[in-house]
Amino acid sequence: MLHRPLAALLAVLLALVIAACGSDDDTAAPPATSSAAVETTAAAAFPVTVEGDNGPLTIQEQPDEIVSLSATATESLFAIGAGDQVIAVDDQSDYPADAPQTDLSGFEPNVEAIAGYEPDLVIASYDPGGLVDGLEKLDIPVLLQDAAPNLDAAYAQIETLGTATGHVEEAEEVVDSMQTQIDELVSSASGADGTTVYHELGPDFYSATSDTFIGSVYGLFGLVNIADEAGDADAGGYPQLSGEYIVSESPDLIVLADTVCCGQTAQKVSKRPGWDQIAAVESGNIVEADDSIASRWGPRTVEFVQLIADSLEGVSQR
Amino acid sequence: MATARALRARLSARPERALRGVSAGWALAAGAFVVVSTLLGLALGPVDLGLGAVTREVLSHVPFLGVSSPFSGTEDAILWELRAPRVALGLLVGAMLASAGAAYQGVFRNPLADPYLLGAAAGAGLGATIVIAYDPGGGLDLRPIAAFAGAVLGVGIAYLLGRSVGGSATTTLILAGVTVAAFLTAVQTYVQQQSAETVQEVYSWILGQLETSGWSDVLILLPYVAVSTAVLLWHRRLLDVLAVGDDEAASLGVPVARVRLAVVAAATLGTAAAVAFSGLIAFVGIIVPHAVRLMAGTSYRVVLPLSLAFGGGFLVLMDLVARTVVAPAQLPIGVVTAFLGAPFFAVVLRSTRGVGP
Repeated sequence: MLHRPLAALLAVLLALVIAACGSDDDTAAPPATSSAAVETTAAAAFPVTVEGDNGPLTIQEQPDEIVSLSATATESLFAIGAGDQVIAVDDQSDYPADAPQTDLSGFEPNVEAIAGYEPDLVIASYDPGGLVDGLEKLDIPVLLQDAAPNLDAAYAQIETLGTATGHVEEAEEVVDSMQTQIDELVSSASGADGTTVYHELGPDFYSATSDTFIGSVYGLFGLVNIADEAGDADAGGYPQLSGEYIVSESPDLIVLADTVCCGQTAQKVSKRPGWDQIAAVESGNIVEADDSIASRWGPRTVEFVQLIADSLEGVSQR
Repeated sequence: MATARALRARLSARPERALRGVSAGWALAAGAFVVVSTLLGLALGPVDLGLGAVTREVLSHVPFLGVSSPFSGTEDAILWELRAPRVALGLLVGAMLASAGAAYQGVFRNPLADPYLLGAAAGAGLGATIVIAYDPGGGLDLRPIAAFAGAVLGVGIAYLLGRSVGGSATTTLILAGVTVAAFLTAVQTYVQQQSAETVQEVYSWILGQLETSGWSDVLILLPYVAVSTAVLLWHRRLLDVLAVGDDEAASLGVPVARVRLAVVAAATLGTAAAVAFSGLIAFVGIIVPHAVRLMAGTSYRVVLPLSLAFGGGFLVLMDLVARTVVAPAQLPIGVVTAFLGAPFFAVVLRSTRGVGP
């Protein structure tokens, strides 16, 4: 059993690590903003001011022509009941199914094409090629929400979206429900002390350290992430591990987040040369995760947490 | 023709030396380099197996010595299923790229020619990108086949384009190669941008890596490298004659066009097979042959066999750096070959000024 005090301690440690390692300005602000936002918009009163990773943004009226270039934000917007206000989402936003998917790209955004939708709010998770500057020049309000480094930051982003779209209460409900479910899953998960995990982003052994959002989920369970030792070499939190190292670490749990992108399966992994020596392969504890759930930080994170909690039962029974 | 004059002068001034192949000293040095880099490649890595333990483990496979293996199952798997095939792949790919580079430089009389000159890299890149983008993890891994087909196709188009323009000038062929490469690269980039979620995988393939899927990769590549390098070595004397110029070589009775086609075909097929498994490893095909020329002499009877040996050892050492310097993470090997290869080559270039080709 993972004891709650231990989980709390780990959460605190993780927060410290992230505070120490995180980028300068993007992690600390959101909680404060969201609590302030709750007060101002309890009556759904616009204008509101929200804090994005591109600075404070004042929204004059409740937006009803939103363009989302962030797959995570798309999921959150629909989860908090703002789906009707969304007129277009990017080509990666494949969930929920009724999101108005277009060929707009969040990776190679075309400012003209976005402006063509005449949005009154654009949400992006990435700012390549002067996207934010370009939209601001056209007086289109843009809210940038970078990849969240941990659950708290992810919750804050959902609350910010609630404020920005006039769905403060629904956003709070979504966050509360996520928190409750995740807490339950984590506290009832079977013994994970010292259990090691390898999270695979691609068959070329790219992985994610505890400094990343997905890594922070493993931290909740007290799992030891084998990518952390390579963290120093790669400040981005996504090091490319060597096969030798993975085999010698012999992780107890392998999580494949490259089942869709790269067609990896538990069977393929167990046939890799030398991998039959890995504990997770021997005991069959290879989790096939959905790439997009594992790479986003929206409401479906609960599903990923559930997947890990379930797989840990298998690990403890070996 | 300054080159031709210089070569004739050299041929007449030092006839004995020019006629000789690799000297005993260089043969020994090349052999020792390959052996030492192979042993280092086996002994060192992100996981410390211990030099003595690796030696005992290797000896335990020699019959009648009675040495018992000190390794657990995991260590055994790391050495024989992960590290050893990787070292073998490094030897094959390095030998292939370096000797193909030397051959290209000879046949085009262009010191900047490398195995990717005629669009092999762009073609292989396009093939691999299409598979990564449109057929992620299909039943069997089509990447090597697609990369191989792309490379052969790229060079084939460049060759036909060059021929159709006419003229025997090698410049035409090189320009055709540059044209085809630019076009294929554009298509490759387009395909890559269309499927943003696989950009990372394409990028990492393009920078090159020697992580194998086991001995099968090595065994598939081996015959290509063996045949290709045998053809190149077979033509080493003719490459020397070709160095004086097409007309001069023709007047000496060398079938210039046929030799060029044979050498280009062999170098291309070998390169295509190598990059199919390793990705696009930069720079080996340029610096290894030139370093050999600067140190051991410019005759292709010396350059080709020595490039073969030093290329293999060099790539094993570069891969050793790639997988240990940021261990337990690893670097793409293309980054290491250029980052360490360029300064190394600069030193060789400076210390042998005036001796070069």
